[in-house]
Amino acid sequence: MAVTSALASDPAARAGLSRDQLLEIYYWMRLTRSLEERLVNLYRQTKVVGGLFRSLGQEACAVGSAYALRREDVLSPLIRNLGSMLVKGATPVEVVRQYMATGNSPTRGRELNIHFGDLQERNFVGQISHLGDMVPVMAGVTLSFKLRKEPRVGLVYVGDGATSTGAFHEGINFAAVQRCPLVVIAENNGYAYSTPTSRQCAAERLADKAVGYGIPGLRADGNDVLATFEVTKQAVDRARSGGGVTLIELMTYRRKGHAEHDNQSYVPAGEIERWAAENDPLDRYVERLTGEGVSVSELEGIDARVVQEIDRATDLAEGSPPPEPRDGLLGVYADPPSAAALWYREGLRTAVEQHERPASWGTHDG
Amino acid sequence: MAEVTYLEGIRQALFEEMERDPNVFCLGEDIGAYGGAFKVTDGLLDRFGADRVIDTPISETGFVGAAAGAAHMGMRPVCEMQFIDFVSCAYSILTNYVATARYRAFLPCPMVVRGPSGGYVRGGPFHSQNPEAAFLHTPGLKIVYPATAGDAKGLMKAAIRDDDCVLFFEHKYLYRRIKEELPQGDHVVPIGKARVAREGTDLSIITYAATVWKSLEAAAQLEREDGLSVEVLDLRSLLPLDDEAIVATVRKTNRVLIVHEDTVTGGIAGEITARINDLAFEWLDAPVKRVAAHDVPLPYAPQLEDFVLPQVPDIVRAARWLAAY
Repeated sequence: MAVTSALASDPAARAGLSRDQLLEIYYWMRLTRSLEERLVNLYRQTKVVGGLFRSLGQEACAVGSAYALRREDVLSPLIRNLGSMLVKGATPVEVVRQYMATGNSPTRGRELNIHFGDLQERNFVGQISHLGDMVPVMAGVTLSFKLRKEPRVGLVYVGDGATSTGAFHEGINFAAVQRCPLVVIAENNGYAYSTPTSRQCAAERLADKAVGYGIPGLRADGNDVLATFEVTKQAVDRARSGGGVTLIELMTYRRKGHAEHDNQSYVPAGEIERWAAENDPLDRYVERLTGEGVSVSELEGIDARVVQEIDRATDLAEGSPPPEPRDGLLGVYADPPSAAALWYREGLRTAVEQHERPASWGTHDG
Repeated sequence: MAEVTYLEGIRQALFEEMERDPNVFCLGEDIGAYGGAFKVTDGLLDRFGADRVIDTPISETGFVGAAAGAAHMGMRPVCEMQFIDFVSCAYSILTNYVATARYRAFLPCPMVVRGPSGGYVRGGPFHSQNPEAAFLHTPGLKIVYPATAGDAKGLMKAAIRDDDCVLFFEHKYLYRRIKEELPQGDHVVPIGKARVAREGTDLSIITYAATVWKSLEAAAQLEREDGLSVEVLDLRSLLPLDDEAIVATVRKTNRVLIVHEDTVTGGIAGEITARINDLAFEWLDAPVKRVAAHDVPLPYAPQLEDFVLPQVPDIVRAARWLAAY
């Protein structure tokens, strides 16, 4: 199986991207990182409900890959794909509201962090916590494209840990047999919670799993945003032209814990610092852009815009009302749309009380 | 009008719904050229082609998950479990992903998961299960389990048209053993409505699936030998349960026996009993009783299976006790 190279050294190639697009990619990466930093502030002020998940050091994986999709393509993110969701049109205020569990969050306070989607307009689908499950789901989403002959593609992310699940295997195998227009990205960030990838899988490369499914397996530098874009674009184009599924392994590193509470005591000394100093995806991209003649002030202008947007999002979210408790009973089923789920606490009794009560209760006395 | 078997009723429903709606498609193991282990999908491949009758790898999580994804996009997949026992392989994705999709993400999941269920056929521990109770406390799913050919057809059509995920249990003992003439035209049976299979005034048997027939047999015997007038309520839908029909039969006869083939502990009878407590306690003249399978995996040998599963004499004995209470 072919292994993709990093971006062609010819800067003019730029992965086929215009200067504006290159700057837009920078904007998405910066927005991802800064938004998470703001969420950390809110978390420390105890304004975040529950845990906080970071994608620090993985922004290039998320942004570069999602940037390779068209508007009509469907993306299925995981917990470290905030950047992918932003590229697909998720807004900072939605993210902050989700983390604050407000009544007007995209899931009306029903789901946490970035577990939300919008298949109607923006074509991304909300994840669940069960790792690997989105692979079969996206196999089905893309199967519908195939059956309806729509030239659309699906992109689903898993972590190194999720490649161990049965759902991952069953989903990718089904999609491969059906030649669904699906791209599966395994972000190998070194750890599944505290478990290093070497304890997850004996294979040297996760990309090699593709051989067993009869599909191409590619590996790319996940901290080089343009390499990530390029390898995903290649797989997306293949999928769109009927070439079926591709598995991509993006090599990256998780610089924060599994979630904010995780002290990373299991990480060898110096490892995090080394990645931060030598292989930060934003630093690398800034270096690249300035090397190609983008001025620092231009990038600072983008940074300022990002801060403004996040300020506005935070203000909006902080003024949001909490969910109405009774709203938690609604919408389990399609029909009736407003039926309360908790029938036994109230409601059903009244339906029964429409009957007249008998004069005596049964035939027992006392 | 020729009589139609329970199995043929299901097959007709699949045919008619696939003709009616191009979004309906089937997927499962060996459902195409082979026509399914029980031949429920026989002829579908010839009529609708391999895009709409998909032979899948052996991967219940894979193709149930794929069905959910396709359902989000407006399709109406019908998944066959070769035996319903294997639905446990898809339990996680059904309960965690499919059942919650509408509530947590406003994503529709109009899909059906169907398969041959139940015992009395010497199928042994892994081809005889009744796993309906495992899904009863999963909000977001619907569960139906028909007992007649007409209901098998009508409920299948309703299940395919339903905008939520419906688990459709088919009793394999009934597949080719029962027949009836079906109504002409578009025969749809609403989900969530029970059916009075037999009118009576002295006591009620609440049941579903194959034990409907056992209960009817017991009721006839009780009338013959004891002069008892026994009502038999066929639930047809287990989620949602038809509380109104349950309450109505309690009010009518004041004595209730619940019969199901599933094992007794944690079976649906417990939930029905609790609801009768909540809704109609004052109408009872006797404790609610249940007849169900013993709490063991279902054994293979006829002598063992017959002993473990509820039989007509068990129902008769319990009904006599209730009537005399």
